[in-house]
Order: sequence, then structure tokens, then C-alpha cells
Amino acid sequence: MRRLTPYLLALPSWMWLAIFLVVPMVAMASVSLQTGNAYDGYAMTFSFSNYGEALGRYSTQLLRSLLYGGLATVAMLLIGYPVAYWIAFRGGDRKSMYLFLLLLPFFVSFVLRTISWNFLLADNGILFGTLKGWGLLPESFHVLATTLAVVGGLTYNFLPFMILPVYVALERVDPRVVEAAQDLYATRAGAFRRVVLPLSLPGVFAGVLMTFVPATADPINAQILGGTGNTMIGNNIQTEYLVNLNYPTASALSFTLMAVLLVGIFAYARALGTENVLEAAAR
Amino acid sequence: MTGLSAIELEDVVKEYLSHGEVVQAVKGVTLDIAEGEFFSLLGPSGCGKTTTMRMVAGFEAPTKGLVKLHGKDVTDVPPNKRDVNMVFQSYALFPHMSVWDNVAFGLKQRRTPQEEIRRRVGEMLEIVDLAGREKRRPREMSGGQQQRVALARALVNRPRALLLDEPLGALDLKLRQAMQIELKRIQREVGITFVYVTHDQNEALTMSDRIAVMNDGLVEQLARPREIYERPSTAFVAGFIGTSNLLAGTATGGEVKVGGGRVLVPGREGEVTVTVRPEKITIGAEDPGPEVSGVRGTVAEVVYLGTYTSYSVSLADGTDITVFQQNAHDSVATAERGDSVWLSWQAQHSYVIGS
Repeated sequence: MRRLTPYLLALPSWMWLAIFLVVPMVAMASVSLQTGNAYDGYAMTFSFSNYGEALGRYSTQLLRSLLYGGLATVAMLLIGYPVAYWIAFRGGDRKSMYLFLLLLPFFVSFVLRTISWNFLLADNGILFGTLKGWGLLPESFHVLATTLAVVGGLTYNFLPFMILPVYVALERVDPRVVEAAQDLYATRAGAFRRVVLPLSLPGVFAGVLMTFVPATADPINAQILGGTGNTMIGNNIQTEYLVNLNYPTASALSFTLMAVLLVGIFAYARALGTENVLEAAAR
Repeated sequence: MTGLSAIELEDVVKEYLSHGEVVQAVKGVTLDIAEGEFFSLLGPSGCGKTTTMRMVAGFEAPTKGLVKLHGKDVTDVPPNKRDVNMVFQSYALFPHMSVWDNVAFGLKQRRTPQEEIRRRVGEMLEIVDLAGREKRRPREMSGGQQQRVALARALVNRPRALLLDEPLGALDLKLRQAMQIELKRIQREVGITFVYVTHDQNEALTMSDRIAVMNDGLVEQLARPREIYERPSTAFVAGFIGTSNLLAGTATGGEVKVGGGRVLVPGREGEVTVTVRPEKITIGAEDPGPEVSGVRGTVAEVVYLGTYTSYSVSLADGTDITVFQQNAHDSVATAERGDSVWLSWQAQHSYVIGS
């Protein structure tokens, strides 16, 4: 009995994983191999060609998603790292307040926040409309329905998921260690590069994972801010599933996206040295 | 000691703003630490000793006053441009670097040639007895080993002065005593000025050439260990260093009448406070006579402590006097609890505080 105790204790979580992760995945994998149509229903035919067809049709959008997700992740890192650094090292007694302020907008629904950006960035909205009225911007100026709008929306929406893990990593850096580097003749910049940055990499790693994956798969920003020319793979999956009722193609696209992201993550982990990252994260 | 000044502080003041109020951590400290000296800043926590050291290292800028290294004013020089290195209390080793990279850090920053780095780091690891452990990470090492990495990392740069902030605080007693001897040996070997911050009086007494006892942001006494111990200049120093007895009274004709006896204070008149160390006092049954100090009391407590026995004796006026008697012979107690005894000591062992 004693020997079994740990397994019994783990049973609920295993059940949870089995029911809510494995079952839907298997179901979706099976759907992705079926053929048929929305009226007569779909039947399993082990049609692996679904993958080829889906990829053939949507390769542009898949590549665009990876590009937009990547651009947004880089932007989040460039904006988020300094913010996390500032809160961790200069936040003083108000650290929790700054973190709360950071999360405050996220008490509002994701979709609503994105729609409010649509208002803000509208061609003749409060921002650009006013500036155009003053003659500060040409009439043709617009941001909505451009790459900038979608990448900007993604950056805005996922930014806290970059800042928080980076903050946690920076917060754990002992200020004495930074002082030690300066004592050993490093300039402020040198101490950052040789000590603070390497020690914060596990946080950067986690932040990139937590932002790149959802940003790449996100349909909302492209839908609300992107107009017609900036469709991302998430939109295609949604349309295939909800509008065309083409479940096999939608499932095949989902699995393809998942596979691409997994390969990307492993390549990234390899490049950064997972061992070091996991080792450092374990401390 | 060559007599040249390694570190000078001139009336240094450090103020902090804490909850809107100005707090003086250091209230005007003047020190002159000689080249090659083992100098200790000793005091309780919050006395300003660490802040003082951090101003020497350059991590804190003094609110007022000057910091000089080897005669040059460095008050506004950042830490990376000061020729002193520090050993931090918690070691502050770089956790993501191997022992070798930790020790080589300073030399690399100074763009020392590769060949020289290899030689000097190797030699230094030899000195601190860590050869063969170059590839270890700090967290894979014991506290004592980490301590030696921290020491090597600072010393390998051959600084003009080494600052040590309670470097042995995290070690257990045995290791601490071994490291005290080790530190002293290394200091003699490299001939560098050591400034040592500690709250441990034994550590300071054992290792230092001179000690500055600090309290409440000020230096209470600056002297050699023997003098600090035997001639404490203030009641604080007397109380902080070792065990000490304080007797207060009015001196007339060179003696103070207390406890049914007298304390000799040649050449003194008026209100005085006298200290006498417990091990200078002898316990006897009879009045020892007017040539020595002698007071009467009742033994309140006898504690056997191995090498010596500690007696607590209450005088008639309520003053408690502690007496240490060496257990040199067969342990026959000199006195029992409740005995009425005479305590006596030589006139030169009374020390008038505040002189």
C-alpha cells in the first residue's frame, strides 16, 4: 500500500491530463485523417493527404503567423526587459504596486482591449483623425489593416507574459553579485552583460515561450486590427472549423501549427542550452 | 607596516533617507589605516561599520567628508576604478560561472594577457587550496570552499587593500577558527592591507593589528587589541569586548569607597567609573590590605567552565562582579555559593573609563 501511495496521490492529475488533454488530442488526430463533407458527415479514411492539402492552401498564412509572432516576441522582449529590470532593481517598496498596474488592463476582456485599439487606431479616430485635422498627418495615413497594427496588438496583448517571468528571474539576482562585478573592475554595462543578463536568461527563455506560442496562434488581433490582408493561421483554423465546417482541414492545420511550434521550441531550447536554463531555473 | 597610509577617512558622514526622515548611519568617522595593516572595524549590527567599509569600496558615496586611497582623493571615483577589492558577507560569487571564471573575472575585466591570467589564477587557487576544483560551480561547494573562492577572486587582482565584510560569519565555529589563522597567514604572505568588518570581538582580537570599535555611527576607541581589552576608553567598549565589571563612585584621596572596601584610583578625585576584567580578580577570605583594591561580597553563583570557573559575587550595594578563576590545580572550588568573600586586584588593573 505504501509503495502505491505516491501513484494514488498522482492519480487525479493523471486523470485530468487523460481526460482533458489526451482524449481531445486523439479525437482531433482522428478527425484530421477523415474525409467527407459537412452534410453527409466525415468518415475515417486515414487520409494523410489532408495535411498536404491544408499546408498547400495556407502556407502563406502559416509563415506570416510565424513572422508576426516572432516580430511581436522580439518587440515584447525589447519593451518588456527594461520594464522588468526597472521594477526589479528600482521598484523599491512599490514593486507589487507596479506589477499590479501592469496587470490592471488585463482585468478587461482580451477581445474588448483589442477592439479599443481598433478605435484608437481608426483612420479618422480620436488619434489620427485629430492629427489629420491639424494637418500633421497626410490624409492617406493609416495604421489599421497593416502588419504594424497586428504586430502591435499582439505585442500589447501578450506583454505581461514576457515581463513577469523576466521580472521573477531578475528579482532573484543578488544585488551583491552585481556589486561584486563592479568591485572587480566591470563597468555598469559590463556587469550587466557578464552577470545580470546571463542570470536572467531563464526568465527570458520562459517569457519567449509564453508569448511566442500564443501570439503565433492568436486569431483575434489579425481579425480585429489586421483587415483582410493580414490573416494569420489562427483565423484560417477558425474559419475552416466554424464557417466551412471542414473539421479535417481545421484539425490538420492545428496539428501542423503545433508541430511547427514544437520544433521551433526545441531548436530554440537547444540554441540557448536547455541544460543551463533548466539548471538555473531549478535553483 | 611601513607607516604609509593605505586608506584615510576624513570626517566621513553618511546620511540616509528612511521613510522621509534623515538617518545618520555614520556620524563623522576619521581613520588612518596604514599600508600592510590588518585593521578591524568592530561593533554591533547597525553601528555603521559596514556602511563605512562600503564607502571605502565605493558602493556608497559619503554625504560629507573625504575618502583617500594611498593619499589620493577617491571620494567620487566609482568602485570599478578603485584599487581595492572586497570579500562579501555572503561571498556574492557568480553562480553561473565556474570557480576558475569567478577568480579570473577581475583579471579579464582589466584585459590581462591570457597567459598571465592562467598563471595567476592557478597560483591563487593553489594558495587557497582549491587546485583541482577549477570547473566546479559555486553551489557545488561547501561554505568554507566558497569562502576561499571569494578570497581568491579578490586577492588574485593584487589590490592595494582588501576589504572583508564579516567573511567568516556563515561558517561554523571550527571552520571559522581555522579560517582566522588561514586569513592571517595569507595576509602575511601577500602583504596587503586588510580591512576587516566584524561583530565578533574574538575574531577582531585574534587577527587585528588595530581595532576601531564602532557604536552608533562613531568610533568609540581605536587602538591595538591588547589596549582595547585592557584599557577600554568607554563603558560601551568595556561592555562590548569580553566580560567587564563596572564600579562607580566618588574618589577621595586616590580611592573609591565601594562594597565595604576600596578601589584604588591613584591621582583621581571626584566621580569616576572603573572597569576591571574578571580574570584579574582574586577571591580570598581575608581583607588583602590597603596596597591593593579590595571589595566585600557574597558569592551568588558558581559556574564551572572547564578551563576556568566563573563566580558571580554580589556587593552590599547590589553591584554584581564577575570573577574568572583559572582551574590550574585540582578543581577545588575557591568559594561556595553563599560564602562571604573578599575580591582583590592590583591597582594597575583598575581602569578609569573616559580618561
